[in-house]
Amino acid sequence: MKIQVLGTGCAKCKTLTANAEKAVQELGSDATVEKVEDVREIMKFGVMSTPALVVDGKVMTAGKVPTPDQIKKLLGA
Amino acid sequence: MTDANSLVPRETASASARPGSGLGTRIAALLAGSAAIWIALYFTIEPGSRLLTHRLLGLGAETHLGAAVAFFLFEAPKVLLLLVAVVFGVGIVRSFFTPERTRALLAGRRESIGNVLASLLGVVTPFCSCSAVPLFLGFVEVGIPLGVTLSFLISAPMVNEVALVLLLGLFGWKVAALYLSTGLLIAIVAGWVLGRLRLERWVESWVYESMKQSATYQAERLGFTERVGCGATAVREIVGKVWPYVLAGIAVGAFIHGFVPEGLMAGIMGKQAWWSVPLAVVIGVPMYSNAAGIIPVVQALLGKGAALGTVLAFMMSVIGLSLPEMIILRKVLRPQLIATFVGIVAVGILAVGWLFNAVL
Repeated sequence: MKIQVLGTGCAKCKTLTANAEKAVQELGSDATVEKVEDVREIMKFGVMSTPALVVDGKVMTAGKVPTPDQIKKLLGA
Repeated sequence: MTDANSLVPRETASASARPGSGLGTRIAALLAGSAAIWIALYFTIEPGSRLLTHRLLGLGAETHLGAAVAFFLFEAPKVLLLLVAVVFGVGIVRSFFTPERTRALLAGRRESIGNVLASLLGVVTPFCSCSAVPLFLGFVEVGIPLGVTLSFLISAPMVNEVALVLLLGLFGWKVAALYLSTGLLIAIVAGWVLGRLRLERWVESWVYESMKQSATYQAERLGFTERVGCGATAVREIVGKVWPYVLAGIAVGAFIHGFVPEGLMAGIMGKQAWWSVPLAVVIGVPMYSNAAGIIPVVQALLGKGAALGTVLAFMMSVIGLSLPEMIILRKVLRPQLIATFVGIVAVGILAVGWLFNAVL
Protein backbone atom coordinates (compact mmCIF):
# COMPACT_ATOMS: atom_id res chain seq x y z
CA MET A 1 0.00 0.00 0.00
CA LYS A 2 1.23 3.46 -0.87
CA ILE A 3 0.23 6.46 1.22
CA GLN A 4 0.92 9.97 -0.02
CA VAL A 5 0.59 13.20 1.93
CA LEU A 6 -0.01 16.21 -0.31
CA GLY A 7 1.06 19.54 1.11
CA THR A 8 3.38 22.43 0.45
CA GLY A 9 5.20 22.12 3.75
CA CYS A 10 2.93 23.86 6.24
CA ALA A 11 2.60 22.82 9.87
CA LYS A 12 -0.62 20.89 9.23
CA CYS A 13 1.05 18.87 6.47
CA LYS A 14 3.80 17.80 8.86
CA THR A 15 1.24 16.77 11.46
CA LEU A 16 -0.64 14.72 8.87
CA THR A 17 2.55 12.97 7.77
CA ALA A 18 3.37 12.13 11.38
CA ASN A 19 -0.19 10.85 11.96
CA ALA A 20 -0.04 8.69 8.84
CA GLU A 21 3.30 7.22 9.89
CA LYS A 22 1.92 6.50 13.35
CA ALA A 23 -1.15 4.79 11.88
CA VAL A 24 1.01 2.61 9.63
CA GLN A 25 3.32 1.72 12.51
CA GLU A 26 0.44 0.83 14.85
CA LEU A 27 -1.14 -1.36 12.20
CA GLY A 28 2.20 -3.06 11.61
CA SER A 29 1.52 -2.47 7.93
CA ASP A 30 4.22 -2.42 5.26
CA ALA A 31 2.67 0.67 3.64
CA THR A 32 5.02 3.47 2.64
CA VAL A 33 4.35 7.11 3.53
CA GLU A 34 5.55 9.62 0.97
CA LYS A 35 5.33 13.42 1.01
CA VAL A 36 4.34 15.25 -2.16
CA GLU A 37 5.41 18.87 -1.90
CA ASP A 38 5.50 20.03 -5.54
CA VAL A 39 2.39 22.07 -6.32
CA ARG A 40 2.15 20.71 -9.85
CA GLU A 41 2.20 17.16 -8.55
CA ILE A 42 -0.42 18.07 -5.95
CA MET A 43 -2.71 19.56 -8.60
CA LYS A 44 -2.70 16.28 -10.50
CA PHE A 45 -4.78 14.83 -7.69
CA GLY A 46 -7.48 17.43 -8.20
CA VAL A 47 -7.40 18.77 -4.63
CA MET A 48 -7.58 22.45 -3.77
CA SER A 49 -7.05 22.34 -0.05
CA THR A 50 -4.00 20.89 1.59
CA PRO A 51 -3.02 18.80 3.40
CA ALA A 52 -4.58 15.85 1.61
CA LEU A 53 -4.21 12.14 2.24
CA VAL A 54 -3.92 9.81 -0.75
CA VAL A 55 -4.05 6.02 -0.49
CA ASP A 56 -3.03 4.05 -3.57
CA GLY A 57 -3.79 7.02 -5.82
CA LYS A 58 -7.20 7.74 -4.29
CA VAL A 59 -7.75 11.01 -2.40
CA MET A 60 -9.24 10.14 0.99
CA THR A 61 -9.32 13.50 2.76
CA ALA A 62 -8.45 17.09 1.81
CA GLY A 63 -8.01 20.22 3.87
CA LYS A 64 -7.98 18.54 7.23
CA VAL A 65 -5.77 16.57 9.56
CA PRO A 66 -7.29 13.19 10.47
CA THR A 67 -5.99 11.54 13.65
CA PRO A 68 -3.96 8.30 13.50
CA ASP A 69 -7.11 6.37 14.48
CA GLN A 70 -9.14 7.95 11.69
CA ILE A 71 -6.36 7.18 9.23
CA LYS A 72 -6.37 3.54 10.37
CA LYS A 73 -10.07 3.36 9.46
CA LEU A 74 -9.37 4.94 6.06
CA LEU A 75 -6.72 2.31 5.47
CA GLY A 76 -9.39 -0.30 5.98
CA ALA A 77 -8.22 -1.64 9.32
CA MET B 1 -9.39 28.64 31.09
CA THR B 2 -12.39 26.39 30.71
CA ASP B 3 -12.00 23.54 28.26
CA ALA B 4 -12.86 25.01 24.90
CA ASN B 5 -14.58 21.90 23.63
CA SER B 6 -17.14 21.87 26.39
CA LEU B 7 -18.33 25.32 25.42
CA VAL B 8 -20.62 25.50 22.52
CA PRO B 9 -22.60 28.49 21.29
CA ARG B 10 -26.30 28.92 21.66
CA GLU B 11 -26.80 29.64 17.94
CA THR B 12 -26.40 26.02 17.03
CA ALA B 13 -28.17 24.48 19.96
CA SER B 14 -31.53 24.46 18.23
CA ALA B 15 -30.23 22.50 15.26
CA SER B 16 -32.20 19.29 15.16
CA ALA B 17 -30.76 15.84 14.95
CA ARG B 18 -31.73 13.44 12.23
CA PRO B 19 -34.63 11.37 13.43
CA GLY B 20 -33.74 7.94 14.67
CA SER B 21 -30.07 8.63 15.20
CA GLY B 22 -29.12 8.01 18.81
CA LEU B 23 -25.74 9.68 18.48
CA GLY B 24 -27.33 12.73 16.90
CA THR B 25 -29.79 13.06 19.78
CA ARG B 26 -27.01 12.75 22.32
CA ILE B 27 -24.96 15.38 20.53
CA ALA B 28 -27.96 17.70 20.31
CA ALA B 29 -28.45 17.30 24.07
CA LEU B 30 -24.77 18.00 24.63
CA LEU B 31 -25.05 21.12 22.49
CA ALA B 32 -28.08 22.36 24.41
CA GLY B 33 -26.31 21.74 27.72
CA SER B 34 -23.18 23.54 26.55
CA ALA B 35 -25.27 26.44 25.29
CA ALA B 36 -26.91 26.77 28.72
CA ILE B 37 -23.49 26.75 30.41
CA TRP B 38 -22.24 29.29 27.85
CA ILE B 39 -25.12 31.68 28.53
CA ALA B 40 -24.76 31.28 32.31
CA LEU B 41 -21.03 32.00 32.08
CA TYR B 42 -21.57 34.97 29.79
CA PHE B 43 -23.92 36.65 32.23
CA THR B 44 -21.63 35.91 35.19
CA ILE B 45 -18.73 37.86 33.69
CA GLU B 46 -19.87 41.37 34.48
CA PRO B 47 -20.92 40.95 38.14
CA GLY B 48 -18.15 38.38 38.62
CA SER B 49 -15.39 40.68 37.40
CA ARG B 50 -16.69 43.52 39.60
CA LEU B 51 -16.93 41.30 42.66
CA LEU B 52 -13.43 39.96 42.09
CA THR B 53 -11.81 43.35 41.52
CA HIS B 54 -13.49 45.45 44.15
CA ARG B 55 -14.48 43.04 46.92
CA LEU B 56 -11.89 40.28 46.82
CA LEU B 57 -8.88 42.25 45.63
CA GLY B 58 -10.03 45.44 47.30
CA LEU B 59 -9.12 47.65 44.35
CA GLY B 60 -11.08 50.88 43.91
CA ALA B 61 -12.57 51.63 40.48
CA GLU B 62 -10.89 55.03 40.45
CA THR B 63 -7.33 53.73 41.01
CA HIS B 64 -5.05 52.97 38.03
CA LEU B 65 -4.57 49.36 39.03
CA GLY B 66 -8.26 48.90 39.79
CA ALA B 67 -9.26 50.18 36.35
CA ALA B 68 -6.70 47.94 34.63
CA VAL B 69 -7.63 44.78 36.56
CA ALA B 70 -11.37 45.37 36.12
CA PHE B 71 -10.84 45.84 32.37
CA PHE B 72 -8.89 42.60 32.05
CA LEU B 73 -11.23 40.50 34.18
CA PHE B 74 -14.22 41.72 32.18
CA GLU B 75 -12.83 41.70 28.63
CA ALA B 76 -10.71 38.54 28.66
CA PRO B 77 -13.46 36.02 29.52
CA LYS B 78 -15.99 37.88 27.38
CA VAL B 79 -13.81 37.81 24.26
CA LEU B 80 -12.80 34.18 24.81
CA LEU B 81 -16.44 33.10 25.21
CA LEU B 82 -17.49 35.00 22.09
CA LEU B 83 -14.54 33.51 20.24
CA VAL B 84 -15.53 29.95 21.11
CA ALA B 85 -19.16 30.56 20.13
CA VAL B 86 -18.46 32.28 16.82
CA VAL B 87 -15.61 30.01 15.74
CA PHE B 88 -17.82 26.99 16.44
CA GLY B 89 -20.68 28.47 14.41
CA VAL B 90 -18.39 29.43 11.56
CA GLY B 91 -16.83 25.95 11.62
CA ILE B 92 -20.27 24.45 11.03
CA VAL B 93 -21.17 26.93 8.29
CA ARG B 94 -17.85 26.22 6.58
CA SER B 95 -18.54 22.49 6.53
CA PHE B 96 -21.15 23.31 3.86
CA PHE B 97 -18.69 25.20 1.66
CA THR B 98 -15.73 23.18 0.48
CA PRO B 99 -13.27 24.85 -1.92
CA GLU B 100 -14.44 22.38 -4.58
CA ARG B 101 -18.03 23.51 -4.18
CA THR B 102 -17.06 27.18 -4.23
CA ARG B 103 -15.15 26.59 -7.43
CA ALA B 104 -18.17 24.95 -9.02
CA LEU B 105 -20.30 27.96 -8.01
CA LEU B 106 -17.81 30.39 -9.54
CA ALA B 107 -17.05 28.53 -12.74
CA GLY B 108 -18.49 30.25 -15.77
CA ARG B 109 -19.53 33.48 -14.02
CA ARG B 110 -19.13 36.86 -15.67
CA GLU B 111 -16.62 39.21 -14.11
CA SER B 112 -18.74 41.70 -12.14
CA ILE B 113 -21.16 39.10 -10.72
CA GLY B 114 -18.20 36.79 -10.26
CA ASN B 115 -16.32 39.36 -8.16
CA VAL B 116 -19.28 39.84 -5.82
CA LEU B 117 -19.92 36.11 -5.50
CA ALA B 118 -16.22 35.30 -5.01
CA SER B 119 -15.92 37.90 -2.24
CA LEU B 120 -18.99 36.53 -0.45
CA LEU B 121 -17.83 32.93 -0.82
CA GLY B 122 -14.42 34.00 0.48
CA VAL B 123 -16.04 34.63 3.86
CA VAL B 124 -17.65 31.21 4.24
CA THR B 125 -15.21 28.91 2.45
CA PRO B 126 -12.59 27.35 4.71
CA PHE B 127 -9.28 28.85 3.71
CA CYS B 128 -5.75 28.60 5.00
CA SER B 129 -3.09 30.72 3.37
CA CYS B 130 -0.97 27.57 3.07
CA SER B 131 -3.38 26.22 0.46
CA ALA B 132 -3.64 29.52 -1.44
CA VAL B 133 -1.59 28.08 -4.33
CA PRO B 134 -3.57 24.88 -4.95
CA LEU B 135 -6.73 26.93 -4.67
CA PHE B 136 -5.48 29.50 -7.17
CA LEU B 137 -4.49 26.76 -9.61
CA GLY B 138 -7.80 24.98 -9.13
CA PHE B 139 -9.70 28.17 -9.94
CA VAL B 140 -7.59 28.91 -13.02
CA GLU B 141 -8.02 25.33 -14.21
CA VAL B 142 -11.78 25.71 -14.66
CA GLY B 143 -11.42 29.11 -16.33
CA ILE B 144 -12.44 31.41 -13.48
CA PRO B 145 -11.13 34.89 -14.44
CA LEU B 146 -8.02 36.17 -12.66
CA GLY B 147 -9.84 39.17 -11.13
CA VAL B 148 -12.57 36.92 -9.70
CA THR B 149 -9.95 34.59 -8.21
CA LEU B 150 -8.18 37.57 -6.65
CA SER B 151 -11.47 38.84 -5.18
CA PHE B 152 -11.69 35.50 -3.39
CA LEU B 153 -8.07 35.67 -2.25
CA ILE B 154 -8.59 39.18 -0.82
CA SER B 155 -11.83 38.47 1.00
CA ALA B 156 -10.93 35.03 2.39
CA PRO B 157 -8.25 36.19 4.81
CA MET B 158 -9.53 39.75 5.32
CA VAL B 159 -13.02 38.94 6.54
CA ASN B 160 -11.87 36.66 9.27
CA GLU B 161 -14.00 35.32 12.11
CA VAL B 162 -11.42 36.01 14.81
CA ALA B 163 -11.15 39.66 13.76
CA LEU B 164 -14.93 39.95 13.63
CA VAL B 165 -15.29 38.53 17.15
CA LEU B 166 -12.69 40.87 18.56
CA LEU B 167 -14.31 43.85 16.88
CA LEU B 168 -17.73 42.70 18.04
CA GLY B 169 -16.63 42.11 21.61
CA LEU B 170 -14.46 45.19 22.04
CA PHE B 171 -16.04 47.79 19.74
CA GLY B 172 -19.65 46.65 19.35
CA TRP B 173 -21.67 45.30 16.44
CA LYS B 174 -21.65 48.52 14.41
CA VAL B 175 -17.88 48.51 13.98
CA ALA B 176 -17.93 44.76 13.27
CA ALA B 177 -20.59 45.29 10.57
CA LEU B 178 -18.62 48.21 9.10
CA TYR B 179 -15.55 46.02 8.97
CA LEU B 180 -17.43 43.19 7.27
CA SER B 181 -19.05 45.41 4.64
CA THR B 182 -16.00 47.52 3.80
CA GLY B 183 -13.82 44.40 3.70
CA LEU B 184 -16.19 42.85 1.15
CA LEU B 185 -16.31 46.09 -0.81
CA ILE B 186 -12.52 46.23 -1.06
CA ALA B 187 -12.40 42.60 -2.22
CA ILE B 188 -15.07 43.21 -4.88
CA VAL B 189 -13.65 46.48 -6.21
CA ALA B 190 -9.94 45.55 -6.02
CA GLY B 191 -10.62 42.19 -7.72
CA TRP B 192 -12.66 43.88 -10.44
CA VAL B 193 -9.96 46.53 -11.07
CA LEU B 194 -7.24 43.87 -11.15
CA GLY B 195 -9.34 41.94 -13.67
CA ARG B 196 -9.68 45.02 -15.90
CA LEU B 197 -5.91 45.49 -15.92
CA ARG B 198 -5.42 42.23 -17.83
CA LEU B 199 -2.54 41.01 -15.74
CA GLU B 200 -2.56 37.41 -16.97
CA ARG B 201 0.88 38.00 -18.47
CA TRP B 202 2.23 38.34 -14.94
CA VAL B 203 1.00 34.93 -13.89
CA GLU B 204 3.75 32.31 -14.09
CA SER B 205 3.38 30.74 -17.52
CA TRP B 206 3.30 27.12 -16.32
CA VAL B 207 0.04 27.85 -14.51
CA TYR B 208 -1.85 27.85 -17.80
CA GLU B 209 -0.29 24.67 -19.09
CA SER B 210 -2.91 22.03 -18.77
CA MET B 211 -2.24 19.55 -16.05
CA LYS B 212 -3.39 16.03 -16.55
CA GLN B 213 -5.27 14.89 -13.53
CA SER B 214 -4.65 11.40 -12.30
CA ALA B 215 -7.32 11.50 -9.61
CA THR B 216 -10.32 13.53 -8.58
CA TYR B 217 -11.49 14.36 -5.14
CA GLN B 218 -15.10 14.11 -4.11
CA ALA B 219 -15.71 15.44 -0.61
CA GLU B 220 -17.72 13.03 1.50
CA ARG B 221 -21.25 13.96 2.52
CA LEU B 222 -21.48 15.10 6.10
CA GLY B 223 -24.28 14.50 8.59
CA PHE B 224 -25.26 16.51 11.64
CA THR B 225 -22.73 14.77 13.90
CA GLU B 226 -19.85 15.35 11.48
CA ARG B 227 -20.73 19.03 11.11
CA VAL B 228 -20.76 19.49 14.89
CA GLY B 229 -17.37 17.78 14.80
CA CYS B 230 -16.20 20.37 12.23
CA GLY B 231 -17.26 23.14 14.61
CA ALA B 232 -15.41 21.52 17.50
CA THR B 233 -12.29 21.05 15.36
CA ALA B 234 -12.40 24.71 14.35
CA VAL B 235 -12.60 25.73 18.00
CA ARG B 236 -9.69 23.47 18.91
CA GLU B 237 -7.51 24.65 16.03
CA ILE B 238 -8.31 28.36 15.97
CA VAL B 239 -9.09 29.23 19.58
CA GLY B 240 -6.30 26.89 20.65
CA LYS B 241 -3.88 28.94 18.58
CA VAL B 242 -4.97 32.51 19.23
CA TRP B 243 -5.95 32.54 22.91
CA PRO B 244 -2.48 33.40 24.27
CA TYR B 245 -2.28 36.37 21.87
CA VAL B 246 -5.77 37.50 22.81
CA LEU B 247 -4.98 37.32 26.53
CA ALA B 248 -1.64 39.09 26.10
CA GLY B 249 -3.30 41.77 23.98
CA ILE B 250 -6.07 42.33 26.51
CA ALA B 251 -3.46 42.50 29.30
CA VAL B 252 -1.53 45.24 27.46
CA GLY B 253 -4.83 46.91 26.63
CA ALA B 254 -5.78 46.78 30.31
CA PHE B 255 -2.50 48.44 31.24
CA ILE B 256 -3.08 51.24 28.71
CA HIS B 257 -6.66 51.53 29.89
CA GLY B 258 -5.63 52.06 33.49
CA PHE B 259 -2.37 53.96 33.22
CA VAL B 260 -2.11 55.95 29.97
CA PRO B 261 -3.67 59.41 30.29
CA GLU B 262 -6.74 60.34 28.24
CA GLY B 263 -6.08 62.11 24.96
CA LEU B 264 -2.43 61.02 24.71
CA MET B 265 -3.01 59.12 21.47
CA ALA B 266 -5.11 61.83 19.85
CA GLY B 267 -1.99 63.52 18.43
CA ILE B 268 -0.58 60.30 16.96
CA MET B 269 -3.62 58.28 15.95
CA GLY B 270 -6.34 60.95 16.02
CA LYS B 271 -8.51 62.17 13.17
CA GLN B 272 -6.41 65.27 12.59
CA ALA B 273 -3.28 63.32 11.78
CA TRP B 274 -3.91 62.31 8.12
CA TRP B 275 -0.72 60.29 7.98
CA SER B 276 -1.87 58.01 10.77
CA VAL B 277 -3.82 55.88 8.25
CA PRO B 278 -0.89 55.14 5.88
CA LEU B 279 1.35 54.60 8.91
CA ALA B 280 -1.14 52.08 10.30
CA VAL B 281 -1.09 50.22 6.96
CA VAL B 282 2.71 50.19 6.75
CA ILE B 283 3.00 48.83 10.29
CA GLY B 284 0.14 46.40 9.72
CA VAL B 285 1.26 44.55 6.58
CA PRO B 286 4.24 42.63 8.06
CA MET B 287 2.22 41.55 11.10
CA TYR B 288 0.34 38.29 10.88
CA SER B 289 -0.79 35.71 13.40
CA ASN B 290 -0.39 38.05 16.31
CA ALA B 291 -3.20 40.21 14.88
CA ALA B 292 -5.53 38.77 17.50
CA GLY B 293 -3.37 40.25 20.22
CA ILE B 294 -3.14 43.67 18.63
CA ILE B 295 -6.83 44.51 18.42
CA PRO B 296 -7.36 44.82 22.18
CA VAL B 297 -4.34 47.12 22.37
CA VAL B 298 -5.73 49.24 19.58
CA GLN B 299 -9.11 49.30 21.30
CA ALA B 300 -7.53 50.66 24.45
CA LEU B 301 -5.70 53.29 22.39
CA LEU B 302 -8.99 54.26 20.79
CA GLY B 303 -10.30 55.13 24.23
CA LYS B 304 -7.34 57.47 24.58
CA GLY B 305 -8.15 59.45 21.44
CA ALA B 306 -7.20 57.28 18.44
CA ALA B 307 -9.57 57.42 15.45
CA LEU B 308 -11.78 54.57 14.24
CA GLY B 309 -10.76 54.82 10.56
CA THR B 310 -7.13 54.39 11.55
CA VAL B 311 -8.04 51.35 13.60
CA LEU B 312 -10.01 49.74 10.73
CA ALA B 313 -7.16 50.40 8.28
CA PHE B 314 -4.71 48.85 10.68
CA MET B 315 -6.85 45.76 11.19
CA MET B 316 -7.36 45.24 7.48
CA SER B 317 -3.71 45.58 6.61
CA VAL B 318 -2.67 43.18 9.37
CA ILE B 319 -4.93 40.34 8.28
CA GLY B 320 -5.83 41.24 4.69
CA LEU B 321 -2.35 41.81 3.34
CA SER B 322 -0.05 39.34 4.94
CA LEU B 323 3.56 38.91 3.99
CA PRO B 324 3.54 35.09 4.35
CA GLU B 325 0.61 34.81 1.94
CA MET B 326 2.38 36.99 -0.63
CA ILE B 327 5.47 34.80 -0.37
CA ILE B 328 3.32 31.71 -0.94
CA LEU B 329 1.55 33.30 -3.93
CA ARG B 330 4.93 34.13 -5.44
CA LYS B 331 4.96 30.51 -6.65
CA VAL B 332 2.23 31.32 -9.16
CA LEU B 333 2.34 35.11 -9.55
CA ARG B 334 5.21 37.27 -10.82
CA PRO B 335 6.47 40.01 -8.46
CA GLN B 336 4.87 42.72 -10.67
CA LEU B 337 1.44 41.19 -10.16
CA ILE B 338 1.96 40.77 -6.42
CA ALA B 339 3.05 44.43 -6.18
CA THR B 340 0.00 45.59 -8.15
CA PHE B 341 -2.25 43.39 -6.01
CA VAL B 342 -0.81 44.77 -2.76
CA GLY B 343 -0.90 48.32 -4.13
CA ILE B 344 -4.56 48.22 -5.14
CA VAL B 345 -5.71 46.55 -1.94
CA ALA B 346 -3.65 49.04 0.10
CA VAL B 347 -5.30 51.95 -1.73
CA GLY B 348 -8.69 50.45 -0.86
CA ILE B 349 -7.70 50.16 2.80
CA LEU B 350 -6.40 53.74 2.86
CA ALA B 351 -9.67 54.95 1.36
CA VAL B 352 -11.67 53.12 4.03
CA GLY B 353 -9.45 54.55 6.77
CA TRP B 354 -9.71 58.12 5.57
CA LEU B 355 -13.41 57.83 4.84
CA PHE B 356 -14.23 56.73 8.37
CA ASN B 357 -11.97 59.29 9.95
CA ALA B 358 -13.78 61.94 7.90
CA VAL B 359 -17.40 60.87 8.46
CA LEU B 360 -17.42 59.47 11.99
